[in-house]
Amino acid sequence: MMATRRKMLGQEPSEMEMLLPFHVAGTLNARDARRVNEALVRDPALAQQYAAIQEEYAETIHLNESLGAPSTRAMQKLFAAIDAEPARKPSVSSNISARIAGFFAGLSTRTLALSASLGALVLLLQAGVIGAVLMKNQSASYQTASLSMNEPTTRALGPEAPPRALVRFAPDARVADITALLDSYQASIVDGAKGGLFRLQFGNKPMMRDEITALMSRLQNEKIVSLAVATP
Amino acid sequence: MSATQAASDNVLIARIAQGDRLAMQVLYGRHHVRVFRFGLRLVRDEQVAEDLISEVFFDVWRQAGKFEGRSAVSTWLLAITRFKALSALRRRKDVELDDEVANAIKDTSDDPEAAMQKKDTGAALRKCLTALSPEHREIVDLVYYHERSVEDVAEIVGIPENTVKTRLFYARKKLAELLKAAGVERGWP
Repeated sequence: MMATRRKMLGQEPSEMEMLLPFHVAGTLNARDARRVNEALVRDPALAQQYAAIQEEYAETIHLNESLGAPSTRAMQKLFAAIDAEPARKPSVSSNISARIAGFFAGLSTRTLALSASLGALVLLLQAGVIGAVLMKNQSASYQTASLSMNEPTTRALGPEAPPRALVRFAPDARVADITALLDSYQASIVDGAKGGLFRLQFGNKPMMRDEITALMSRLQNEKIVSLAVATP
Repeated sequence: MSATQAASDNVLIARIAQGDRLAMQVLYGRHHVRVFRFGLRLVRDEQVAEDLISEVFFDVWRQAGKFEGRSAVSTWLLAITRFKALSALRRRKDVELDDEVANAIKDTSDDPEAAMQKKDTGAALRKCLTALSPEHREIVDLVYYHERSVEDVAEIVGIPENTVKTRLFYARKKLAELLKAAGVERGWP
């Protein structure tokens, strides 16, 4: 009898009381709807309020529906304003996203569910194949994540990974120029662009320190590169 | 509003961002009545409300490319409508009208009309709903007529979710007081 007790004590409304209008309108999530239903069974004062809210809900709809609709003047005014606007050039990227959104919106729920199930099945099969390959190549012995008895315990003195660098391209660099530069250095973009910086990797083999220094200095001299810094 | 319609609204917005006039017509056809009614309940003037919906949908035409889809398109439309309606109200500077209407409701309790209202609780309720303050009116309309969730209302009105709940509670309490003044006793609060 929370609602009754609150009324007697003149306290703030209970949470259930505040949720009642949303329950009547059907906008509560499943958990809250269940809580309100349980409270309604327990609390007759709450149930009485619920009936009053149903009345308010119905009359609010009645009132709003009686307001009618706007005249065609509003629509004419809108489209006159739109026609007066300069024509828009559709951008390629947003056009693609619109098409993708349109494609998925056009699919039925059943088709989407089927595609998702198929995707999940492919992933499962892939995991199975990888697992089988790993099992075949490994003996079934206990191994910790930190120590492997087959690996040397000393660290290599030279670099082990191909060199990487953070590169900022000149603002006027064209995509074709950047692609040509990446080709000539056998480089690939491994991360970017954070704050306008791209992380590039050069080739597949490690380089010595002086080789990396020479590479950075050559890169820095490129017209379309405004910054090149070697990173681990 | 169904999830399918919400998704389809998003597609319309993407097309509008491309300058698709037909998509704009479809979106307008779908939402203009509700937008008009929400605006009209706030500004209480049909001409102003009609101007308002032209402005709201023109904003959509211009801003569609910036719509991020974090909320439903209908929620976005109501938020723009509210903003435009409040601006129009500020321009008109006739907010005191609400007090006049509230007083008029109190006066009717002594009228012979009040006796009729007692018989027709529905009519009295509708009359009292129009007498609520704009703040209370909008929250009642958003929850009951536009069937917006706590989260949606919080976004449209720009207040915390808990405030949405308490504001609606006090709007209902005010409604009960107005009804009581009009001679309708409902046993709450």
